Amino acid sequence: MTFTLNDDARMLKDSARDFFREQAPVTRLRKQRDAKQNGRDPELWAEISALGFAGVIIPEEYGGAGLGYVALGAVLEEAGRTLVASPLHSSALAGASALLLAGTDAQKAEWLPKIASGEVIATIAIDEGAHHAPAKSKIKFEGGKLSGEKKYVADGHIADLFIVAAADALFLVKADTAGVTRRELVTADSRGAADISFAGVAAEKMNGGADIVDAILDRARIGLAAEMVGAASEAFEITSEYLKTRKQFGQVIGGFQALQHRAAKLFTDLELTRSCVLAALDALDRNANNVAEYASLAKARASETVHLATNEMVQLHGGIGMTDVHDAGLYLKRARVTEALYGGASFHRDRYASLLGF
Amino acid sequence: MTQDLEVFRAETRAWLEANCPPSMRTPMTGEDDAVWGGRNYEFKNPEAKLWLERMGAKGWTAPTWPAEYGGGGLSADENRVLQSELKKIGARPPLFSFGLWMLGPVLLEYANEEQKKEHLPKIVRGEIRWCQGYSEPGAGSDLAGLQTKCEDKGDHWLINGQKVWTSYANYADWCFCLVRTDTSVKHEGISFVLIDMTTPGVETRPIKLISGSSPFCETFFTDVKIPKGNMVGRLNGGWEIAKRLLQYERTNISGFGSNTRVDVVDLAKKHVGLEDGALEDRDLRARIAAHKMTERAYALSVQRAQEEAKAGGNVSHMASMFKVAGATLNIDRCELMVEAAGNRALGWSGEGFTPDDLATTRGWLRSKGNSIEGGTTEINLNVVAKRVLGLRDTQ
Ligand SMILES: Cc1cc2nc3c(=O)[nH]c(=O)nc-3n(C[C@H](O)[C@H](O)[C@H](O)COP(=O)(O)OP(=O)(O)OC[C@H]3O[C@@H](n4cnc5c(N)ncnc54)[C@H](O)[C@@H]3O)c2cc1C
Repeated sequence: MTFTLNDDARMLKDSARDFFREQAPVTRLRKQRDAKQNGRDPELWAEISALGFAGVIIPEEYGGAGLGYVALGAVLEEAGRTLVASPLHSSALAGASALLLAGTDAQKAEWLPKIASGEVIATIAIDEGAHHAPAKSKIKFEGGKLSGEKKYVADGHIADLFIVAAADALFLVKADTAGVTRRELVTADSRGAADISFAGVAAEKMNGGADIVDAILDRARIGLAAEMVGAASEAFEITSEYLKTRKQFGQVIGGFQALQHRAAKLFTDLELTRSCVLAALDALDRNANNVAEYASLAKARASETVHLATNEMVQLHGGIGMTDVHDAGLYLKRARVTEALYGGASFHRDRYASLLGF
Repeated sequence: MTQDLEVFRAETRAWLEANCPPSMRTPMTGEDDAVWGGRNYEFKNPEAKLWLERMGAKGWTAPTWPAEYGGGGLSADENRVLQSELKKIGARPPLFSFGLWMLGPVLLEYANEEQKKEHLPKIVRGEIRWCQGYSEPGAGSDLAGLQTKCEDKGDHWLINGQKVWTSYANYADWCFCLVRTDTSVKHEGISFVLIDMTTPGVETRPIKLISGSSPFCETFFTDVKIPKGNMVGRLNGGWEIAKRLLQYERTNISGFGSNTRVDVVDLAKKHVGLEDGALEDRDLRARIAAHKMTERAYALSVQRAQEEAKAGGNVSHMASMFKVAGATLNIDRCELMVEAAGNRALGWSGEGFTPDDLATTRGWLRSKGNSIEGGTTEINLNVVAKRVLGLRDTQ
């Protein structure tokens, strides 16, 4: 196991950092939100794809870079820092992982190159109710036709391709297939999502059963945890900067021991979580046999950390943190969406206990 | 005595039965149902207007204030009876008002006769809406650092400066305001004045909150002239009044959020589901149970404090403790609601979400302000540590 990025991953991370800071700072999310784009920013996606970020985990034979999850995690972390609104996680990580793990040779050949180039946006459609419960899927597949409903599908409103999970099977559905209806959701994080219903839709069955559904989800969880660590880190850094500049009672507020301890505690928490996420990404690249454990560990801890970091961000800014012109609210809203997606802390604590056999 | 109270209870019940309109006996659906009154208030519901008029005329918007100032003139016991009868029929508060919660009590204590006669009855009837001009860009937690200048110009005071986070300043008719009347000292150079918001030179600019609404403003005072009679208490004696008012404010904020339509348990049952009668998500179940216990502990403590106050105990130091506990409780409740509702509480607008879903999301975001407004949790904990526990920076 290693926590150190190799040269390729390090270069990728640096270029992602520069690009997102310059081309997609938080103001970009704000602008598209105010223009009521609900997460649509095709120009940005084209630029992200042109940099190769959409193909990081896709093997070279399918037009990707084949650099693996540690590398993509580094990019996602940087994207999380500035709340980049793009389908990088849903398509380049979750969608691509689904095809890599469950796609037939023909399906891989057809879709992976297009996902790698950003031409096609894929997403995984998992949940059917208010909460993450993949094992309870009611998706039906009879005579080549798929029926059922999926809720709050990340980037479902802009995706071209759905990988639809049943409890023990996976299906490929093109978004423009007859019988697919999507209701666009205007979401708290300004990223958008969709409820999707499938009414006897022509679908292609993919390989694998419940264990593959789980394996795909674990990749999605770990990748999202990387984004969350990025967001939490940025929230923390903005906040600790504020502690060094805001003055009350004739001194910077960071001089108050009560706040010093809060910052120090949050920092500690963040670093513990970062270790879990890095280890989880590494476990994927190593093909470790305890990926599930790492996934629940990373997703639960990232959920708790980003929860705390964004709450502290608002609180330690005082009145200004409650205003829409400040970024704290944007971090807070994105945090709760990522916490809930693919299972929150509570779901993963329970799963972790099961995995450890108690 | 108890017999009298029972008579009072019967009369009260009969009066409420006859006078509380049907729609005022239904739970509020959100912030929008709150009636704030004031000169320019537009009632969305005619029954809300009627309810306010009737309660105002009886003085029951301010049940314990003296009748000579428009209040209900009730004893603490009678007020308890009134509150329990109101609760029994699920009556909405007829009026939400900074005048009732904060200004009125300090006017009763510190204002001269003329000021009480002028302002209190209008607060009771909801005719004048007040806002609180305390915080400034450079003076939040360190409120006494405020710089808004007030100069003696012989026949009037002249005010220049800026306030911020002034809740509802854009709707308010009057502002109770802290101003600096002596720059050579800190706390002893502050005075408490009343400003008519229609005075030339007063300007407000709404600020949008993370919840999407704009309940507060920046407020600017540029060469604002106010009559000499608008200062409450003595010149440079405003800090004591300011602190007393904060105690009332803190007690009030601590009661936030108790009157909501959707209970977190119902929400969890609906969205998480049950398994053998228990919430399926055991982890969430345990945390909701812990929250419900704290909620109960809080309610019992409020009850206990009331009893002790009645017995003559000094409970004023409890304001900060209750403010912290109440704000924390409401914030936790809102977080649990969002968690229980899952992705239903992660919407922003549009048809994909029900009004209740959206109210959960917006209410959660608004609740984050509870630990900031009226003095932050950190500042109130400092008050408890220093003034109640006697823990000083240097011993
Ligand atoms: C929804 C809302 C409504 C409001 N309505 C009004 C209103 O109507 N009228 C009005 O006058 N004001 C109002 N306020 C303002 C409120 O009173 C201030 O925001 C609050 O007092 C904090 O001041 P600040 O925003 O300047 O934060 P700061 O004082 O800058 O505080 C920043 C952070 O530092 C912490 N901190 C500061 N000093 C210390 C210390 N000594 N020890 C430990 N921690 C410390 C604070 O707790 C906070 O977390 C409102 C605020 C909100 C959020």
